[in-house]
Amino acid sequence: MTQQEHTAPITDPIICRCEEIRKSEILQAIEMGCRSVTAIKKYTRAGMGVCQGRTCARLIEQILIASGISPQAAVARDKARFPIVPCPISAFNGSDKEDQVDAPSI
Amino acid sequence: MKCADILVIGGGPGGLGAAIEAAKAGASVLLVDENPRMGGQLYKQIHKFFGSQTHYAGQRGFDIADTLIAEAARAGVELLPQTRALGCFDEGQFALLSLANQDATRLRTMKARRVILATGAKENAVAFPGWTLPGVMTAGAAQTLANIYGVLPGKRILILGSGNVGLIVGYQLMQAGAQVLGIVDVLPSVHGYEVHAAKLRRANVPIYLGSTVVEARGETRVQQVIIGQVDACFQPIEGTHQTIECDTVLLAVGLSPRTEIAAMFGCDMTFERRLGGLMPIHDETMCTSNQTIYVCGDLAGVEEASTALDEGRLAGIHAAAACGYGDEARHARVAALQSSLNTLRSGMHGQPRKEAKNDILQLAHRKGIVGETI
Repeated sequence: MTQQEHTAPITDPIICRCEEIRKSEILQAIEMGCRSVTAIKKYTRAGMGVCQGRTCARLIEQILIASGISPQAAVARDKARFPIVPCPISAFNGSDKEDQVDAPSI
Repeated sequence: MKCADILVIGGGPGGLGAAIEAAKAGASVLLVDENPRMGGQLYKQIHKFFGSQTHYAGQRGFDIADTLIAEAARAGVELLPQTRALGCFDEGQFALLSLANQDATRLRTMKARRVILATGAKENAVAFPGWTLPGVMTAGAAQTLANIYGVLPGKRILILGSGNVGLIVGYQLMQAGAQVLGIVDVLPSVHGYEVHAAKLRRANVPIYLGSTVVEARGETRVQQVIIGQVDACFQPIEGTHQTIECDTVLLAVGLSPRTEIAAMFGCDMTFERRLGGLMPIHDETMCTSNQTIYVCGDLAGVEEASTALDEGRLAGIHAAAACGYGDEARHARVAALQSSLNTLRSGMHGQPRKEAKNDILQLAHRKGIVGETI
C-alpha cells in the first residue's frame, strides 16, 4: 500500500449500467422535477434495460433521498409486470398439456 | 393445471421453514426455487452458526440446509428446484418457468389457495467512480465464486462494508488464500458481530472506520483504489486520501428485499431503512394487505437466517390454518416461535430490528391488515 496525497479527478459514474445513464443525468432529472424512481425511469430510461432496475433503483433512491426528497416519496416505482425476469421466447412455445390450445396452421 | 393448497416461492431458510410447517399441518405444499438446489444462502455459509441449539448452533450453514431439505421432503413438500416464478395473473394463476431442461416444455401455470413469498433480498451497490470496472463486485458474488464454485475472485482484495457479510466473506477469502488488504466502512464502529471482526483483527487486517472508497482505477480492470476519511455527512475529506493497490473490491453495503412478486400481488409497501428499505407491510401472522399472500425472511425485512427460519415457520402455520389445516396445538407453537424471535431480536444488534419490526406491525394494524387466523 502506498500513502499519498491525492485529488480524485472529476468523474461522473454510471448509475444504470444497462442503459448507461450517468449520475449527472439523474441529478438533471431531479432538477427538472422528477421526485421518484419511477419518474426518473420515465425521464431518463434508467431502469428500463434488461435487468429492469435491479441494482440502479436502489442507487437512484439514494440519490433522490440525498437531494432532500422523502424516502416514502422517492421509493415509488412501477409495479413489476409478467415476466418479472427476462426469459427466452422459447419458454412460451409450449405449456401444460391440459392448457394447450391448438393454434390453426397458416 | 397443477393445484396446491400452498405455493412457497423461494427455498432459503424462510421458505423451507414455511413449507415444512404448512406440510406438517396437513396442507399440500409446492416449494419452488430458481437455483439448482434449495437452501438459499445457507449453501454458501461454510462457517459454524452460533446462538442456541434450536437455531442449529455449532452447525455449518450447508449442513443446516441439508437438514431442512430432508425435513421438508419427509413432511411431504413437493420440492421444485430450478424453477422460477415469473409472476401471477388474474384469478390467482401462477406462472412457473422450469430451467432444468432447455428443450422440454418449460412454462406451466398453477393455482394455490395461499402463497408464501420467501424471495429473500438482493445486494446493494455503491456508485463511486470506477465501480463498473471488472474486479468490483458484491461480497455475495465473491462468496458464490469461492464457496460454491471454488474460484477465488482475486488475489488482493479490499472490502467496503464492515457488516457480517463483509467480515465473514473477508475471512473466508483469506482462508482460501487471498490477501485481504482492509475493510472500509463509513461508520465510526464495526457494524457486524465482534466475533467475526476479531478473526480479521487477529490476522492484522486493517479496518478503516469513518472512511469510504472514493474511486477505483484501472485500465481493463481494477488496479488501484483510493480511499478517504469522511465527514459527518459521509462526504470524503480532501487530504485524507490514500491509494491501495488491489485487483478486487467487494461491496458489502447491505441488502434490499426482493419485492417484485409482492408488488405484483398488490401488497402494500413501506420504506423501513432499518430493515433494508422498501418492503411489504405484514402483521404478526406474516399476512400482507392481500389476504392470500404471506411473506417471511429477508423479503419481510432483512435480518438473519435464524429469524428467517422462525418467520417462515410462522407464515407456514398461519397460511395452513387459513386453508383449514392444523390443530389447537398450533397456538402453543406460534407462541414459542414468537418468543424465539424475541430472543433473536435482542441485544445491541437485535434490538433495533425488534423496534423496526414492531413499527411494521403497528403500521399493519393502522392499515387494517389482519390475517385470517389471528
